[in-house]
Amino acid sequence: MIDFDVIIGARTLESVFAEYPVARDFFLNLNLPPLDEKKPLAEALFDATDDWLLEFGLTRAEIPELFAEFLRTMTATQAARRVGSLTILGGRDKDGAPENIELRVEAGTVISIVGPTGSGKSRLLADIECLAQGDTPTGRRILIDDASIDEEERFRLEGKIVAQLSQNMNFVMDLTVAEFLEMHARSRAVGAAESGDASELINLCFECANSLAGEKFTLDTKVTQLSGGQSRALMIADCAYMSRSAIVLIDEIENAGVDRREAIALLAQSEKIVLISTHDPLLALGADKRVVIKNGGIFKILETSPEEKRSLGEIEKIDRLLYNARRTLREGGRIDNVGDI
Amino acid sequence: MKMITVAGPPSSGKTSVILRLAGSIKLKIGVVKFDCLTSFDKARYDDAGIPVQVGLSGKFCPDHFFVNNVEGGVSWGLRQDLDVLITESAGLCNRCSPHITGITSVCVVDSLSGVHTPRKIGPMLKFADIVVVTKGDIVSQAEREVFAWSVKQANGSAQILSVNGITGQGAFMLGKKVLEARDITSIEDTRLRFTTPAAACAYCTGETRIGEAYQMGMMRKMEFDG
Ligand SMILES: Nc1ncnc2c1ncn2[C@@H]1O[C@H](COP(=O)(O)OP(=O)(O)OP(=O)(O)O)[C@@H](O)[C@H]1O
Ligand SMILES: Nc1nc2c(ncn2[C@@H]2O[C@H](COP(=O)(O)OP(=O)(O)O)[C@@H](O)[C@H]2O)c(=O)[nH]1
Ligand SMILES: [Mg+2]
Ligand SMILES: [Mg+2]
Ligand SMILES: [Zn+2]
Ligand SMILES: [Zn+2]
Repeated sequence: MIDFDVIIGARTLESVFAEYPVARDFFLNLNLPPLDEKKPLAEALFDATDDWLLEFGLTRAEIPELFAEFLRTMTATQAARRVGSLTILGGRDKDGAPENIELRVEAGTVISIVGPTGSGKSRLLADIECLAQGDTPTGRRILIDDASIDEEERFRLEGKIVAQLSQNMNFVMDLTVAEFLEMHARSRAVGAAESGDASELINLCFECANSLAGEKFTLDTKVTQLSGGQSRALMIADCAYMSRSAIVLIDEIENAGVDRREAIALLAQSEKIVLISTHDPLLALGADKRVVIKNGGIFKILETSPEEKRSLGEIEKIDRLLYNARRTLREGGRIDNVGDI
Repeated sequence: MKMITVAGPPSSGKTSVILRLAGSIKLKIGVVKFDCLTSFDKARYDDAGIPVQVGLSGKFCPDHFFVNNVEGGVSWGLRQDLDVLITESAGLCNRCSPHITGITSVCVVDSLSGVHTPRKIGPMLKFADIVVVTKGDIVSQAEREVFAWSVKQANGSAQILSVNGITGQGAFMLGKKVLEARDITSIEDTRLRFTTPAAACAYCTGETRIGEAYQMGMMRKMEFDG
């Protein structure tokens, strides 16, 4: 563990900022007037007026402590938790009948979840999201790396190991694609070294998003102006490259105008555990396994067979046909003969 | 009886979260709602069968009004035999906060409100034990992550919980924290976690006319450049 109290006591602000770019935010958040960065904090603080300190209810002695605490929190927040496997221990269906199931999913695997509408697909994703421990309506339990998670761990992991993508999500920040990716990169950077790698990561993300999207966009497009398909493509690429979360839950991203199979392959390749609730045969068969839900319970778990992989090829052809038909119409063409498109 | 203070900007989802929380724990919950001029929340609590009292602060800062009335709220809760008393208040001035030392405090913020909002909200968020982030269902994962990071910047020690005010997803995790709250029989002699403003000016006491001649008490003048 880094001793921030020592660092802050001994080093100039300049050198602290150079190593931990996030450190500047501490002063921005407190609205502190510019300090002499050539001095260590305690010394630089003699320039701050008592009035200013009073305003924020702070004392000179307290600020270095708060600053150290801030750096401890901001650097600890970033530490990613690696997840090798996720296990779903069955609970009960809507009638209370037991599921009798144990499904272990390893990193880099894609699982699809299928079933009629209202059957409980989103519920299963919700159980995983909150790392259920027999305390949700389904009674399911989720294990990480074969171990159950105690209450404290669960609160600590909240929001950190599960990323979500759904049809309803939109970008709301008033930023360009480049600024958006920079901001996300900045929020996950621990030290300066990582901030340095950010531009490479940003480019990777951008290029990948563009290859998934039907229509290309540029780095200076506002994220709020992206089309549905472009937004989805950027969200997926961002999830794959930027998000530290080891588990990705996707609730219905079909018909979004993105190359769905490539998108899922990308997530799996980033060694994440991917679960997709879907009504789309391409996504369902593209997964390694699929979970069939009926009446709130896991009814079957099917491995995608070699025959099914062949069928997938046929379905892809139909999908491509539909895609081309859509494009022909969009470009003002006619479809007089299906064979021509 | 346990007590929780819930604060957050208007429309951040406080009432929704409290309603979902009530649905997820099997305890008798009652609410004291502090508002400014009008409140539309009473009907929603009534519909859910949750006992509610509404206090309108009118010409007072709602947070000051809160401090003046919160003890009355506690006595009401005890008379109602509540398991959990929740106060809901919209920190309208952003300078004050209703959080009390020793009482579990929750700040509700909405992920649509902009990533820098948590850093601007002030004591209401800074001194909360739990920060509930709502509306995560409609923003991208990346924005959720940046938002949580921004909350951490403003309050590094709070537990951040994501709760969907519509579906209730995540509310039961908040419920677990509520169950850990301390039992109280009175809050006499407890303290606010942050001072209310040190100053009172003429406008605090009802003055409406503009001009130097009418200004009294403590005030601060802006310095304009040029
Ligand atoms: N095992 C269960 N026990 C109790 N309630 C359940 C169970 N499984 C699902 N439910 C409830 O059933 C309702 C419908 O489930 P859900 O929203 O997950 O359906 P879905 O399969 O995602 O449907 P759609 O395809 O329309 O999105 C939800 O309120 C959910 O909480
Ligand atoms: N999509 C979405 N809407 C929400 C969520 N939480 C609250 N809302 C909506 O936000 C609006 C304001 O909520 P309300 O509870 O009245 O906020 P309050 O003023 O803080 O009490 C309502 O229309 C809610 O339905 C959420 O998690 N997701
Ligand atoms: Mg669903
Ligand atoms: Mg309300
Ligand atoms: Zn106030
Ligand atoms: Zn005043």
